[in-house]
Amino acid sequence: MSNADTRYLFKRYNTWWVKVAVPKTLREELGYDLRRSLQTHDLDKAQELRWQVVEQLKAKIDQAKSQESLNLFSVPEQTVTQHVPPTDTANPQYYHKVVECQHACPAHTPVPEYIRQISQGNYNEAYMLNWESNVFPGILGRTCDRPCEPACRRTRTHEKAVAICRLKRVTYDHKDDISNLLPTPEISNGKTVGLIGGGPASLTVARDLVMMGYQCTLFERDPQAGGLMRTNIPSFRLPEEVLNEEVDQVLNLGIETVFNSEIKSMKEFLEKDFDAVFVGTGAPKGRDINIEGREAADKNIHIGIDWLTSIAFEHTKSVGKKVIVLGGGNTAMDCCRTAIRLGAEEVKVAVRSPFDQMKASEWEIEDALGEGIPILDNHVPKRFLIKDEKLVGMEFEKVEAVFDEEGKRSLVPTGEDPIILECDDVLVAIGQDNAFEWIERDIGIEFGEWDMPIVDKVTFQSSNEKIFFGGDAAWGPENIIWAAAHGHQAAISIDKFCKSLDLYDRPEPTTTLISQKMGVHEWSYNNDISQAKRFLVPHADQKNALKDLKMEVELGFDEITALEEAERCLNCDIQTVFSEDLCIECDACVDICPTDCISFVHNDSEENLRNKLRIPAINLNQQILVSEELEQTSRVMVKDEDVCLHCGLCAERCPTGAWDMQNFLYQEAKVYS
Amino acid sequence: MTYIVKPKNHHPLLEKNELGLTRRDYEGAVSTLCAGCGHDSISSAIVEACFQLSIESYKVAKLSGIGCSSKAPAYFLNQSHGFNSVHGRMPSIATGAAMANHELLYLGISGDGDSASIGIGQFIHCARRQLNMTYIVENNGTYGLTKGQFSATNDLESKSKYGDDNLFPSIDLPSMAIQLGASFVARSFSGDKEQLVPLLKAALSHKGFSFLDIISPCVTFNNHNTSTKSYDYIREHNDALSRPDFVPSGKEILTDYPKGSTVDVPLHDGSLLSLEKISENYDPADKIKAIQNIQESQRDGKVLTGLLYADPEAKDLKEILNVSDKPLNEMDLNDLCPGSEKLKDINSGLK
Ligand SMILES: Cc1cc2nc3c(=O)[nH]c(=O)nc-3n(C[C@H](O)[C@H](O)[C@H](O)COP(=O)(O)OP(=O)(O)OC[C@H]3O[C@@H](n4cnc5c(N)ncnc54)[C@H](O)[C@@H]3O)c2cc1C
Ligand SMILES: Cc1ncc(C[n+]2csc(CCOP(=O)(O)OP(=O)(O)O)c2C)c(N)n1
Ligand code: SF4
Ligand code: SF4
Ligand code: SF4
Ligand SMILES: [Mg+2]
Repeated sequence: MSNADTRYLFKRYNTWWVKVAVPKTLREELGYDLRRSLQTHDLDKAQELRWQVVEQLKAKIDQAKSQESLNLFSVPEQTVTQHVPPTDTANPQYYHKVVECQHACPAHTPVPEYIRQISQGNYNEAYMLNWESNVFPGILGRTCDRPCEPACRRTRTHEKAVAICRLKRVTYDHKDDISNLLPTPEISNGKTVGLIGGGPASLTVARDLVMMGYQCTLFERDPQAGGLMRTNIPSFRLPEEVLNEEVDQVLNLGIETVFNSEIKSMKEFLEKDFDAVFVGTGAPKGRDINIEGREAADKNIHIGIDWLTSIAFEHTKSVGKKVIVLGGGNTAMDCCRTAIRLGAEEVKVAVRSPFDQMKASEWEIEDALGEGIPILDNHVPKRFLIKDEKLVGMEFEKVEAVFDEEGKRSLVPTGEDPIILECDDVLVAIGQDNAFEWIERDIGIEFGEWDMPIVDKVTFQSSNEKIFFGGDAAWGPENIIWAAAHGHQAAISIDKFCKSLDLYDRPEPTTTLISQKMGVHEWSYNNDISQAKRFLVPHADQKNALKDLKMEVELGFDEITALEEAERCLNCDIQTVFSEDLCIECDACVDICPTDCISFVHNDSEENLRNKLRIPAINLNQQILVSEELEQTSRVMVKDEDVCLHCGLCAERCPTGAWDMQNFLYQEAKVYS
Repeated sequence: MTYIVKPKNHHPLLEKNELGLTRRDYEGAVSTLCAGCGHDSISSAIVEACFQLSIESYKVAKLSGIGCSSKAPAYFLNQSHGFNSVHGRMPSIATGAAMANHELLYLGISGDGDSASIGIGQFIHCARRQLNMTYIVENNGTYGLTKGQFSATNDLESKSKYGDDNLFPSIDLPSMAIQLGASFVARSFSGDKEQLVPLLKAALSHKGFSFLDIISPCVTFNNHNTSTKSYDYIREHNDALSRPDFVPSGKEILTDYPKGSTVDVPLHDGSLLSLEKISENYDPADKIKAIQNIQESQRDGKVLTGLLYADPEAKDLKEILNVSDKPLNEMDLNDLCPGSEKLKDINSGLK
């Protein structure tokens, strides 16, 4: 081992540099320090080479000092040339943003890392990476809203995103028993936390805190935990076994549960004297519709989410022959598909907005249409038609969407004759609201607009410092992955609160950056770019599926398809790391790059810089990587991250190793480590 | 050397030329040259120039001899014709091919070893005969392929990578080419595409013998501290005569340099090479001054680059020999062998 005298030395990536501090008075002119690369990876060599460079840099400072005393009385000349400073890649957010799927995931799941684990057949590891980040890989792999997919770089390089969500399901479907991989909670720290509601938000908070030794008690109105995942997401999309396995996996870590216990007064609940309270009660109230005939037809009008709940608990087992579903969101899609499975012969969805502006996810709409359910758009419900005191149909007005100058939409009647649709039952799926009647207004929780509690966006704390909110309860209906993301943050806050620490001092993510070079042209990841098209998941035979409420429609990828789909991932977390001191400006990387990401240009303002690249970097959502000034031509290297394929060809063609492919693993901070 | 095939994906905003092709359509196989070799940069400049000129690849013939440089044609224009000749014999193959079919665009790629050593005789006559082709020497001052022996263009003061002295003065190919009658002569640097690409476009558009001496560092054998053909040496000693701007035929000149500071070279296809003068008494039409410029700059330890000499009016081999407009390879038997009656006519004319 070489002796560790590293005076004046520092390491940038793998190369040793010399750094000499600049006195305060000269900093405007020379910057905080003077640096020069020693162009070696070898510490012994660097130790030897440094002194000469240190002398040179010190001489430069001395020169500036004497110049300064001469300049004291002269007016300094001012040249304002704008330039972009070298990118600070030590800031974890720079490379994180390059990994677009992970960045877009509310819980920042390390997507490409788990996808690589899948391609190596390491399903357990892939599952655990997910479990750490999002708690419910099997559930989310079937139901996630997938904000990662529209962000996927492949949508810009190859049309369709990697099937990230379906690959998450693969980690669940193909894993073995992972019980011995689950971490063991620390022994009790004596603090108690009460959680109200047993949905994904509360479960996440409980999982994170129980790990730190908190004693967690969860109160749920229903006989089982899971929240809307259990009561509203139909089992043909999310089988009960999957739900049970992943909910129990959390509860079995040592969370105390109190089922069938609706909390009716927060005041009373506070008397239980928990050290902190988390409210994860969701947005449990389905919106009703108030038009002519509503009361008279009450028996055959059902609020969508309540109706789905009563089916989940098997209180409702049938439905009329003709069913109309009102609404265009995901709840409407679940209602219509459930109605068909309960034996309805004619199900129609009627939605006010035009088809292309429906709220439901495109895949949910596709699935409903695929099951033969018509969606009638631009249909505004006018009244329920009653005959002999029984609901017989509905009347709709046809509208069209008109946009004013500010882009605000209004639905204007077309003047066509009203449309009459026959029906026996109507399912109302037009939105959800929160319901906080049970929280007294004199216990320190302030309420704001829409009668919603005021919750801090960073800490998830309410104005009663002991009480935290998250999931749908915090700011209205979202989805499971947001509930999990909220849960992690709320857990961090609760831990800090119980330790009397500053809640705004949020913990940093952990990151690692490791070279993937194995040999001259060998990398420890597969850098060959797959040209395969996105693979489709197979579906169960429709005839049978439509008869069985519990038969899962999507079947998931088999191992071979999973591997091929995994190979479509561009490995955006394998970063192109550039060391300017090694660059000889030979252009090899510029010439080889298939997507023209790399340019060598003179520095300028960001706008000008972006415009003078080989292909202008017009996608402003994407960052540019700017190097320090290069030695031979005083230009800078600028890389547009937009459509980099992470193929590593730049690094393969670089004669000096100035480019390297390095795996950047970003792990969002959790309360436990 | 690279193991994976360069992905065919390209940037969604990649430009298309008049033929509806992108730059990527002009590429060749993935290079097997050393990473960082100047020759690869020249290949990519050729790709860029052919793309910008909307050249139809199938109308191009790539010819070369032996050397790393002579391997380079495999790495661009993979839809063109090609011939890899024996060492230093590319000019004879080019002459033969051009005589058989003068309708192709001939692009010769050679090295300093291939042209200034074993092939020097061939090079001389090819220039002297005004063969209508673009002749590129990828000049690295060494025999790259055979592991770094001195070549005839290596400067006297330039030692080998292992410290051996070079005992003989260098041959300056551009001066020779001008003297021999080449009608378009330029020198450039693989690491300066802003200069190289317009010069290449002009050379490809010129009718007659266009010669380009392109300094192209050999990263493996001649990019060391005592080399005069290394990346940093050339950057430090580059003495550019002018900044070239190629204006395609029918296009307006958009750059507005102050009057009197530009020299324009109109090319026979209607395009124009507009040169912003850097050196004051620069006149690419003056042969003698061109040679003088080169020698002065050499004396001062600099490397003169840019368009050195051009005579856009010069005749090419086909005109000098007054050969048929119809390419030989398109003539049928009757044209080629007109029969005994015709022979009698000719013979009687000779009596
Ligand atoms: C029909 C439908 C389909 C959906 N499909 C998807 C999907 O495919 N993917 C997706 O990501 N999201 C989907 N969502 C949304 C998702 O289910 C919710 O965003 C998510 O479950 C919110 O989690 P949460 O923990 O905040 O609350 P919830 O899941 O709503 O859980 C709240 C729990 O609190 C309990 N509770 C409420 N009040 C009290 C009280 N006073 N005392 C005790 N317990 C109480 C409730 O019984 C419930 O169990 C869907 C929603 C609906 C309605
Ligand atoms: C007739 C003959 N003599 C010698 C050789 C060996 N040889 C192969 S390449 C080469 C020199 C090539 O140098 P250059 O043209 O400068 O090409 P570079 O590799 O430097 O690009 C020599 C001498 C040969 N192939 N054929
Ligand atoms: S290609 Fe892979 S790493 Fe890149 S954004 Fe898409 S899923 Fe993420
Ligand atoms: S990895 Fe390098 S060569 Fe490949 S696309 Fe990205 S910048 Fe270009
Ligand atoms: S040996 Fe030199 S000339 Fe040949 S490929 Fe390598 S760098 Fe290029
Ligand atoms: Mg050579």
